Amino acid sequence: SNYLQRLEMTTVCHRPEGLDQLEAQTNFTKQELQILYRGFKNECPSGVVDEETFKHIYAQFFPHGDASMYAHYLFNAFDTTNNGSIKFKDFVMGLSILLRGTLREKLEWTFHLYDINRDGYINREEMTEIVRAIYDMMGKFTYPALKGDVPQQHVDAFFQKMDKNKDGVVTLEEFIIACQEDETMMNSMQLFENVM
Amino acid sequence: MAAGVAAWLPFARAAAIGWMPVANLPMPVAPAEKNKRQDEMIILNVSGRRFETWRNTLDRYPDTLLGSSEKEFFYNEDTKEYFFDRDPDVFRSVLNFYRTGKLHYPRYECISSYDEELAFFGIISEIIGDCCYEEYKDRKRENAERLMDDQEDNKDAKPPNMTFREAMWRAFENPHTSTMALVFYYVTGFFIAVSVITNVVETVPCGSSPNQKEVPCGERYTVAFFCMDTACVMIFTVEYLMRLFAAPSRYRFMRSVMSIIDVVAILPYYIGLVMTDNEDVSGAFVTLRVFRVFRIFKFSRHSQGLRILGYTLKSCASELGFLLFSLTMAIIIFATVMFYAEKGSSSSKFTSIPASFWYTIVTMTTLGYGDMVPKTIAGKIFGSICSLSGVLVIALPVPVIVSNFSRIYHQNQRTDKRRAQKKARLARIRIAKQGTSNAFLDSKKNGLFNEALEFTSPEEEQHLRKTTSLLENQHHHLLHCLEKTTNHEFVDEQYYQQSYLEAGLQTYPSRSPSLSSRDGATGTCCTRRSKNRHAPLQNASGPPHMEPLTHQRGLQELSTIHILPLSTSRSSLNEPASLNCRITTAIISIPTPPETTPEGDAHLPTGPAHQNVVKVSAL
Repeated sequence: SNYLQRLEMTTVCHRPEGLDQLEAQTNFTKQELQILYRGFKNECPSGVVDEETFKHIYAQFFPHGDASMYAHYLFNAFDTTNNGSIKFKDFVMGLSILLRGTLREKLEWTFHLYDINRDGYINREEMTEIVRAIYDMMGKFTYPALKGDVPQQHVDAFFQKMDKNKDGVVTLEEFIIACQEDETMMNSMQLFENVM
Repeated sequence: MAAGVAAWLPFARAAAIGWMPVANLPMPVAPAEKNKRQDEMIILNVSGRRFETWRNTLDRYPDTLLGSSEKEFFYNEDTKEYFFDRDPDVFRSVLNFYRTGKLHYPRYECISSYDEELAFFGIISEIIGDCCYEEYKDRKRENAERLMDDQEDNKDAKPPNMTFREAMWRAFENPHTSTMALVFYYVTGFFIAVSVITNVVETVPCGSSPNQKEVPCGERYTVAFFCMDTACVMIFTVEYLMRLFAAPSRYRFMRSVMSIIDVVAILPYYIGLVMTDNEDVSGAFVTLRVFRVFRIFKFSRHSQGLRILGYTLKSCASELGFLLFSLTMAIIIFATVMFYAEKGSSSSKFTSIPASFWYTIVTMTTLGYGDMVPKTIAGKIFGSICSLSGVLVIALPVPVIVSNFSRIYHQNQRTDKRRAQKKARLARIRIAKQGTSNAFLDSKKNGLFNEALEFTSPEEEQHLRKTTSLLENQHHHLLHCLEKTTNHEFVDEQYYQQSYLEAGLQTYPSRSPSLSSRDGATGTCCTRRSKNRHAPLQNASGPPHMEPLTHQRGLQELSTIHILPLSTSRSSLNEPASLNCRITTAIISIPTPPETTPEGDAHLPTGPAHQNVVKVSAL
């Protein structure tokens, strides 16, 4: 099935919707969409990106460690239609939120990234997975050396901050409220505004 | 960073938003894009032919001429294009490399002109794609062989610490490596020849005394020949034992063909020594002497061609088998026919079918001794058919064997070369890749991050700023954010192992009171520190190779980046005003005198007490 999927993706050529429609649906200008599409098409001539290619591309930016798990979660966050491939439209919509969206939209997107099973709650296991994936990207040679429970400490800190009613899970509203209280995080979220 | 995916860097940076809620530290400032020249077409005029491409296509490979600022030297203000006085045909391949990420070698190009163009544009030839790489290397090799003298330099430089055993084995296997080995090689060769000649001469009839019949030399000069034989066998025995000692895997050595030949060559002598001069066993003893001729096979160590011949015969086993089988078939058929054809004639030598085999073989191989000839007409007809078919049957498999030999011979030579090439090529590509991951660590060490440069005066910026491209800056900023998120740093392997050892040796002292007091005075981020942040400061020396830049104390205005020498002793960290810190700091102070404070990556801006100090930490 994986082979057939790949075969399908190399033979079928997906074309994105027209430039005007995408401009209307996202917060990008025509110029920016052009630049984005050129880069997208260069890496994926067939017009879609499958998970393997996605992981490969993302891993190029983190040569020290293993970015595959985080790339997997990212892929799922971008693949809103859940069909195992990202078309240009999904790609651009996701980027539109991340780069040009309102604060609330960004926080919602991040919440959906963390909520692996899409049940509306972030529990400890999901958060541990995410944090572990982030730490995997660091690789082996870090200072100080990574001990086994470091991700767990991060998760504990996170839950302490976010989980207001201490019920063991974080809901969207708790998440948004907690983030809005944290000034450092608010500043960090604005960091990549002018990436394009 | 893989330049081919440079277009996806904005995406990777945007995706970093996913780390923000997990991070407890503030993120570093993003590098600013001074002049957004992102989407610009540039014109490259190569000897009159104009090529146009996007600027960021060329920016993908910043360590080449076209990707770096080196191309500005070729910029023509009047025509607003970049002019290169080079070959436009080769330039096509060069530009396609930027576009597709794969460098191709056009077959019609001369190899040296292509190399020159690659060197000019700063592209290493190792990244030629697999589709064209072999052709490129073949052409290059041919060219080099044609131009250079036929000097074969020593392929294996002697590794410095070899045990005596390894040195011996190496001397045995490659006689060209040392004089001793060469001497040994020739001596053994000489003795093999002497031994073989002795065996031959032994049987020649020497002059005899008139009353006796002719005796072979061996019986006449028994003692002399015995001494000669003893000497040779001793040399061979010593050689065998030395090889056995030096062999890396003795069991494998003993099973190898050459060692079996060695053993068979010297065994008859010892068996002869052991056996008494007994009548009934002397017959067997004589037979054993036949095996002495195997000494001639020892020459195969001295001759590459002989080894290859042996290998060819082994690999042509199927062709040889076919030859043998078809010959056997033909022999049986023709022998039968000849027997029945000659049955009628009297005094025929063809007494039985097996007796006819001899005739058939001799005829088919066109030998024709003439000791058996057919006399009847039918016999003569079939005899001629036999000899004609013999020529055909034998001629068929022979070219196959010959071409096999030729193929194996050339393949043997090519395999060694290709193996050596592959190792070297992979090593070079690995080094290039490592360069990108080291680039981040290097820029950390030199402490020339962009955010610090924001605040320096413009003149300083010129000579402080290394030529890192915007793309690299953004990539490094991304990695820096990851460090902040996880609160751990990227280090290289050496430093990691060093600090690992030290961590094992000494325990962490508790937090220095000075730090905690300062911490208490600070504002927002300190309260949410996680536990593992005290560790980096107490651990000792950081990367030992940071160069201190000059810094001017007492500057009232914006100062330069200050890199402090590293602390090697932990006790010094407990001093509050200690200047030793593991990592660089840039302090910009406006009215107050500049003050440097130790800052690890666990750091926190100093609190309200130093409000005039705008601290920007550069790692």
